[in-house]
Amino acid sequence: MLSYPFMQHAFEAGTIVAVLASVAGWFMVLRREVFAGHTLSVMSFPGAAGAALAGLPLAAGYFVFCAAGGLVIASSSRLRGARSFADESAVIGTVGAAGFALGFLFLSLYGGVLESLESLLFGSFLGITTAQVWTLAAVAAGALAFFAVAGRPLLFSSVDELVARTSGVPVRLLHVAFLVVLGLAVGATAQITGVLLVFALLVAPAAAAQRLTARVGLGLLLTLAFALAIAWLGLALAYTTNHSVGFFVSTLAFALYLLCLLTNSFATR
Amino acid sequence: MSAAVELHGAAVAIDGRMIWSGAELRVEPGEFVAVLGPNGAGKSTLLQALLGLLPLSAGSAAVLGGAPGEHNREIGYLPQRHAFDASTRIRGVDLVRLGLDGARWGLPLPGRDRHAAQVEETIRLVGAEAFARRAIGELSGGEQQRLLIAQALVGGAQLLFLDEPLDSLDLPNQLAVAELLRRLARERGLTILLVAHDVNPLLPHLDRVVYVAGGRVLQGPPAQVITTETLTGLYGAPVEVLRTSGGRLVVVGQPDVHTHHGHTH
Repeated sequence: MLSYPFMQHAFEAGTIVAVLASVAGWFMVLRREVFAGHTLSVMSFPGAAGAALAGLPLAAGYFVFCAAGGLVIASSSRLRGARSFADESAVIGTVGAAGFALGFLFLSLYGGVLESLESLLFGSFLGITTAQVWTLAAVAAGALAFFAVAGRPLLFSSVDELVARTSGVPVRLLHVAFLVVLGLAVGATAQITGVLLVFALLVAPAAAAQRLTARVGLGLLLTLAFALAIAWLGLALAYTTNHSVGFFVSTLAFALYLLCLLTNSFATR
Repeated sequence: MSAAVELHGAAVAIDGRMIWSGAELRVEPGEFVAVLGPNGAGKSTLLQALLGLLPLSAGSAAVLGGAPGEHNREIGYLPQRHAFDASTRIRGVDLVRLGLDGARWGLPLPGRDRHAAQVEETIRLVGAEAFARRAIGELSGGEQQRLLIAQALVGGAQLLFLDEPLDSLDLPNQLAVAELLRRLARERGLTILLVAHDVNPLLPHLDRVVYVAGGRVLQGPPAQVITTETLTGLYGAPVEVLRTSGGRLVVVGQPDVHTHHGHTH
């Protein structure tokens, strides 16, 4: 299977995306920003449609719209112990609806049905170019560098915002930066899993790992292992059965989470 | 020796509404002080002003010899109503450790770990060895409170600001935590400011009380401040302090302050 260049590219892209999604997803689940993450994934729809309309590479549309979505949500949302502009979930919901509407507008302006609408929504591993892999790698490297530098203060502010702020952690700045980086991670993941199934890689591995362990390092490692397993197995199954990669990735992710939930509830009994 | 905490003619206003004014306060190093008063009177506001989280609208403040906010690294702070959600998946020991290096950038280097011993010692100090390795969300309120106190202490704090740490605890735990704090104040020379709703579990341990009510801040030894005369004067309304046969103090007629914002934190 790996003798085909298109499968090599698929596995390269899948691996990069799994690494990025697992770290970003672990923090997202810990910070309870899953709803924000969901809306950011929605933003990749107008991103891709807008890029198609403007004749730009789709990847550029994904990253620009998802990162911008992160900025909008972060800049208008609430922080505990600080003055708020609006309730966070209301802002997130509104941004998500506007994103869908914008995507639909771009799509109709583009003229009829986008050739690859289905793969846009449900993912595809075909036709990933070398340039796309390099773009993904560059974005992932930047995002991982952010987590390497800001990981500890981000962890502190995720667990205990007010105390972190008193200790000199710039929680507001970290909140904004995290949502932008999360937007980039979502934009990268959506290119493989599709807009609607981003969560299979972003939430399920992290949620499953956090059910199994409360340790930080072990939790991150487990998340990474789960995400890689889901991505690789999903790609292999899609290749052998000729069905959508998004379907397999999501099904595997769901099964994994269910398994961890059951294991956990037995273990704590 | 200079005071740990000092206020002179201090006032705080939030959204143009005066919370309290004319506050005079002097807390000496090593004192265990309770901040008392009705809901919404500005007890938490007092701690936040001392941390530099809220600006003074008048007067001056000095904390550990500097302006508020200047020495926050030497202050351990526990905000109000601080219970972790049951689904918070982080271990107590990791939470304590964040008090030591949580504000630092970059990855923690694996291998030689000089912080681990410090974290373990602090966990022993608050008596949390038995449950420090479980997820914080699974622990009881009293266990969480001990770990949070450890987190506040672990960085070598000289000053502890605790906002209603006893609120969610049952009586035996309230007494145990009060006793732990007294021990820390005596043995480590810690200065402790503790906001409390009920003074009784603390009463045998306190050096001083600060009473925040009616837009004013009053301080003194418990026996002088918590009296019918003083509190009636402070509230500007009849308030009676009763002493039960067991030595407990009951403040009767204490009006809670209601604001448009709900509670003032």
